[in-house]
Amino acid sequence: MGSPPLSLSGTVGQSSRARSLWGDALRRLLHDRLAVLGLIIVVGALVCAIFAPVIAPYPPLSGDLANWYLKPPQPGHPFGTDDLGRDILSRVIYGAQLSLKTSLLAEGLGMIIGTVVGIIAATMGGFIDSLIMRIVDILMAFPLLIIAIALATILGGSDLNLILALSLSIWPFIARLARSQALSLKETEYVAAARLVGARPFAIMFRHILPNMLTPLIVYSTLGAANIILQEAALSFLGLGTTDPSVPSWGKMLSQARSFTLSAPWLSFFPGLAILLAVMGFNLLGDGLRDALDVRSR
Amino acid sequence: MTRYFLNRLVQLIPTILGIYTFAFLLMRVLPGDAANVLAGFRDDQVHLENLRRTMKLDEPIFNQYVGFLQSALVGDFGNSYITGQPVTEMIGDAFPLTVLLAAVTMLLAVMIGVPLGIVAAVWQDSIWDSVSRLLALLGVSIPVFWLGIQFQVLFGLQLKWLPVSGVGFDKHIVLPAITACGATLALLMRMTRASLLDELHQDYARTARGKGLRERSIIWIHVLRNALLPVVTVWGGSLANLLSGTLLVEIIFSWPGMGRLLLQAINTRDYPLLQAIVIILALLYAGMNLLVDLSYPLIDPRIRYGQSTA
Repeated sequence: MGSPPLSLSGTVGQSSRARSLWGDALRRLLHDRLAVLGLIIVVGALVCAIFAPVIAPYPPLSGDLANWYLKPPQPGHPFGTDDLGRDILSRVIYGAQLSLKTSLLAEGLGMIIGTVVGIIAATMGGFIDSLIMRIVDILMAFPLLIIAIALATILGGSDLNLILALSLSIWPFIARLARSQALSLKETEYVAAARLVGARPFAIMFRHILPNMLTPLIVYSTLGAANIILQEAALSFLGLGTTDPSVPSWGKMLSQARSFTLSAPWLSFFPGLAILLAVMGFNLLGDGLRDALDVRSR
Repeated sequence: MTRYFLNRLVQLIPTILGIYTFAFLLMRVLPGDAANVLAGFRDDQVHLENLRRTMKLDEPIFNQYVGFLQSALVGDFGNSYITGQPVTEMIGDAFPLTVLLAAVTMLLAVMIGVPLGIVAAVWQDSIWDSVSRLLALLGVSIPVFWLGIQFQVLFGLQLKWLPVSGVGFDKHIVLPAITACGATLALLMRMTRASLLDELHQDYARTARGKGLRERSIIWIHVLRNALLPVVTVWGGSLANLLSGTLLVEIIFSWPGMGRLLLQAINTRDYPLLQAIVIILALLYAGMNLLVDLSYPLIDPRIRYGQSTA
């Protein structure tokens, strides 16, 4: 670390600064125009969610029913108003809160469960490994949405249960990825060296192997976030989210707009557009990250 | 090849058993138990106990499991909590409609996605390539039920070209199938493009070019067949997406298939119906995967002659 970089010619040596994996990846990411677009969209959505009370021009929950019943988009209400006279732009901005919170928490929880289970399977091997992988295989025999729907229905409608249902439906995919990564890293020389100096299996796994499998997991989780926003919207659309009417979410707004599909199309158009943009943002960012971090798998 | 088929069929057995086991356990994580739900949380202990006895909920869980398997494996999933009708009957009407819609959707995705992918690869970096990239991005990012609503508004309400709801193997299936095929189409297109470009840079393609073959015959005769194997693999992986897309689209377009039934089961908390739908859809998914796997030998001679499938 402390020694100057080796080089064959003076010019190369002078121009090359110390580079880290992450610094390099960030530079590559910022050179990728589509990835930057994705980053802007994702950050924009997060800003909407966090600063909704400042950004939204109207309160999301109360409307002027007498004067603004189902008015199409116009100056002052660029996205129109809904059947309770509420401003749809404001509701879409507030909707980012619940949609992103639910999706990202579900994705995070699924990542944690999947990674830990995958690492345990890879470390223990033998019977435990086979048992875990059989369970993973069985869960992967169901289409993801079906498992999420079944779990959410049985657990009952609330935000927390929606998060649980979604994360329980995605963890097998992550467990499988984490296990295969851990297994291949287990064969590397530095792990053999760690084993030789007497490190315990789980210490090796969590201290030496886990940090090295972060890049594929990061790429996978960014692309997974795109997918889980879609799943969350689908579940909310089916009425499986929170039953609390005071919190708007994009999927729920679409669900409530169903009675007005043909008479007031703007009611469903804008929440759906918000979902499309957010999903596209995570997809672009994920693709960019994959290229920047040079992850070949999937 | 017979061995490959048999092998694949035998592998199906643990999958099916796993599907049934999961569906059984699903009903066991209900808050309270099934009798509680059916009794509507009434405070009538005698009624509840009777119900438990008729539903065999007082027996050891292993006996319940065996009982469930005995009836469910032959297609008896019990009666609906709401209508009292045998669940199997309700599904019998809906299932063929879902299969029809899914099949048409898949056909559409293949027939449009693969040629578009070929076009994008052959004219790489052209305007067609950029358009296909944009389409692919939209295809994986659009919420399918929202797309359906927009199509209803555009083609049904404003242009009045096509019906926005109803069922039939005619103009009624056009909008649902187009809506549902987006994600799969996008995936097939990108995969075809990537795989074809890969093969076009292989040595044998260069040799063919070197001996003076026209690009067209190189693609059609030599490269395309090799390029399609990874496409079929990815296609298999997208089946889950296609199936869930079909279910959501059914709800939008009032197509009386499994998706509508699923919504009904969710809204009325009709657990036997939900359990049966979960099982049937998982079996359908397993069957679709089987078909994809069985199609590999038709494309890849290495599998046909029993060599490594790597």
